[in-house]
Amino acid sequence: MARIRNERIEQLNSKNVAGDNPPGIENRVHVHIEPSKGWVSLRLGELWNYRELFYFFIWRDIKIRYKQTVLGASWAVIQPLFTMVIFSLFFGRLANVPSDGIPYPIFSYAGLVPWTFFANGLLQSSNSLVNNSNMLKKIYFPRLILPISSVFAGIVDFVLAFLVLLLMMAFFRIYPTGNIVWLPLFLLLALVTSLGVGFWFSAMNAQFRDIRYIVPFVVQAWLFITPIAYPSSLLSEPWKTLYGLNPMAGVVEGFRWALLGTDTEPGSMTAVSAVVAVVLLISGAYYFRRMEKSFADVM
Amino acid sequence: MDDVAIRIEGISKQYFIGGKQKSFDRFGDQVVDILGSPFRRAGKLLRGQATGAAELDESIWALKNITFDISFGEAIGIIGSNGAGKSTLLKILSQITDPTEGYIDIYGRVGSLLEVGTGFHPELTGRENIFLNGAILGMGQAEIKSKFDQIVEFAEIDKFIDTPVKHYSSGMYVRLAFSVAAHLDPEILLVDEVLAVGDAKFQRKSLGKMNDVTKKGRTVLFVSHNMALIQAFCERGIYLEEGRIAAIGPMNEVINTYLKTLEKKESQDLSIRQDRKGKGDVKLTAVEVVDGEGVAGNPIKVGQPVSFKLTLSELPKKDIWCRFSLKDEIGHSVVAFNSKTAGAEDTYSDKLGNSYICKVEELLLIPGRYRIDVSIYGSGGEEQDSIDAAAFLDVLPGDVRGRPLGIPKRKQTNVYFPHKWVKPDYS
Repeated sequence: MARIRNERIEQLNSKNVAGDNPPGIENRVHVHIEPSKGWVSLRLGELWNYRELFYFFIWRDIKIRYKQTVLGASWAVIQPLFTMVIFSLFFGRLANVPSDGIPYPIFSYAGLVPWTFFANGLLQSSNSLVNNSNMLKKIYFPRLILPISSVFAGIVDFVLAFLVLLLMMAFFRIYPTGNIVWLPLFLLLALVTSLGVGFWFSAMNAQFRDIRYIVPFVVQAWLFITPIAYPSSLLSEPWKTLYGLNPMAGVVEGFRWALLGTDTEPGSMTAVSAVVAVVLLISGAYYFRRMEKSFADVM
Repeated sequence: MDDVAIRIEGISKQYFIGGKQKSFDRFGDQVVDILGSPFRRAGKLLRGQATGAAELDESIWALKNITFDISFGEAIGIIGSNGAGKSTLLKILSQITDPTEGYIDIYGRVGSLLEVGTGFHPELTGRENIFLNGAILGMGQAEIKSKFDQIVEFAEIDKFIDTPVKHYSSGMYVRLAFSVAAHLDPEILLVDEVLAVGDAKFQRKSLGKMNDVTKKGRTVLFVSHNMALIQAFCERGIYLEEGRIAAIGPMNEVINTYLKTLEKKESQDLSIRQDRKGKGDVKLTAVEVVDGEGVAGNPIKVGQPVSFKLTLSELPKKDIWCRFSLKDEIGHSVVAFNSKTAGAEDTYSDKLGNSYICKVEELLLIPGRYRIDVSIYGSGGEEQDSIDAAAFLDVLPGDVRGRPLGIPKRKQTNVYFPHKWVKPDYS
């Protein structure tokens, strides 16, 4: 008897997810709790149900990011801008690194804008679980929301840095080509990469605080293996395609192509980058979900 | 039971606790161990078997084979000593941690009040925190908006609603936090002793609010040490002891079983009790209540002399001191005694052995039962041993300086002051 009724409730709930329904047996949500073993499902539907909390976390991260700083949101621009100045001096001027026929400052800044989005997203998401450990120990919500929202919160910074890029382009009288319509796709690629690596690092960080020290180092090294200070055109095939194994190579070169019209239109390198980014995202999400059950116990 | 809100079936939870202490013969071994540990841990991580930095040597069962049902609309209270598994059970029910064995089915939207103010951010204003905290606790934006005014009014912070909470006094902070949580409107509510917040006035108000909430026919699971509260809120109770259900049934019966078990623990030899804290170099071995004639044992009449004799395992050369407090049946501390302070009438005796005696000339407590919690401290102020409910004191009705004092119908106070009235003369 009871069994039949449970099934009925479950059926009804699959159509009618918890909302402001008055309590009544037909409308009640059914939650089943049991030990999870090994690889578990991603439960994307549940993530969708918690989308309001997701918005709130993004909103909170944006609100508090530059609280009690003197320069406020201008930090979003200062970081890539100063790196650009340093790169222009040392790589552009002193080392005479080629820049695909684009003024070096624009060339490097156009790479630094998506890079900064990626790097900050990675740093923030890696620490997202540890920074919110108090919440993890007290309240249930899909844990994936934390790293995801901290990456998404970086979009505001990206937009600010991007506006400065447009101003610089106007100053250098470089006008975007029609390829600019593809720009969001490359931003998405950076987002996916950041999320994928962020999932891996944040889940590991919960248990091994070593990650906290490893991530800044990884980001620093990654910056130099990404074609930001130099163009990927320095490489010939097949090395160039192989270079796509670093998804950020595909992102940065794609950005320059879409915005500045460099000779780096998406090809095999971009395809490799996209595949790697998706693999990172999916494997990271599964690894995260697998480790998730122990977060509250090890924090 | 047809209309089940929560079905708990054979739930167990195992925790891995810190590994064995390694001993190193040589400094070199220790260096090798430290240098090698990242590799061992990385290996574990890749095999997916890591449960934190702890070695997987020792484990405890925080819960073992817990099975019971909660019907819809029922308020159930969970009691038990510290470490009995109450909080672990709530954590599993609110999906914060996974059970090791068994399963649970929950029918209804769950809200949990495990700690108020979770997710509050000091840099955000009161208004912003209400929205953020509400969302974290599971309220939708529309729901928070509709309750916003009630929340602010209840918390009594309307003037400061747009001030960052880091500028709040701690009282304002907890009032706001409680207020958000109390306006949560789930079908099933899990509560873990959050009521003791704010000043006395706000506490009364929050108790009233809790009462409203539980009386709306909602399913409530309530964990508390406060017996009077839990008795007021819950019809049915569960007593957990070392991760197992020791008693289940009507709330007052379960409370009685719990209190009787505490008494049994008292009659045990104190030196074998495990529920103690402290370094343990010096241990408490006995606590006795002694009446005016020097006869050990309860009960003691109100107004009569009484002594408390604390016996220790040994008397160390260095100075130590004892502190004990009497607590009423709902755990409120009534009075405390401390041997560290020196009184003009203190005496010293070489016939005491390892004991301390604290003499009270007149027992001025309202008749009832009081629990004696004892702590022993070393010369440096470090806690050496500490036992809750080491003994009980039963106070009988009697006369205090010629004024009768009976058993109150509803015990509302604990302390009696000898007093005399000057009354108008009607003759």
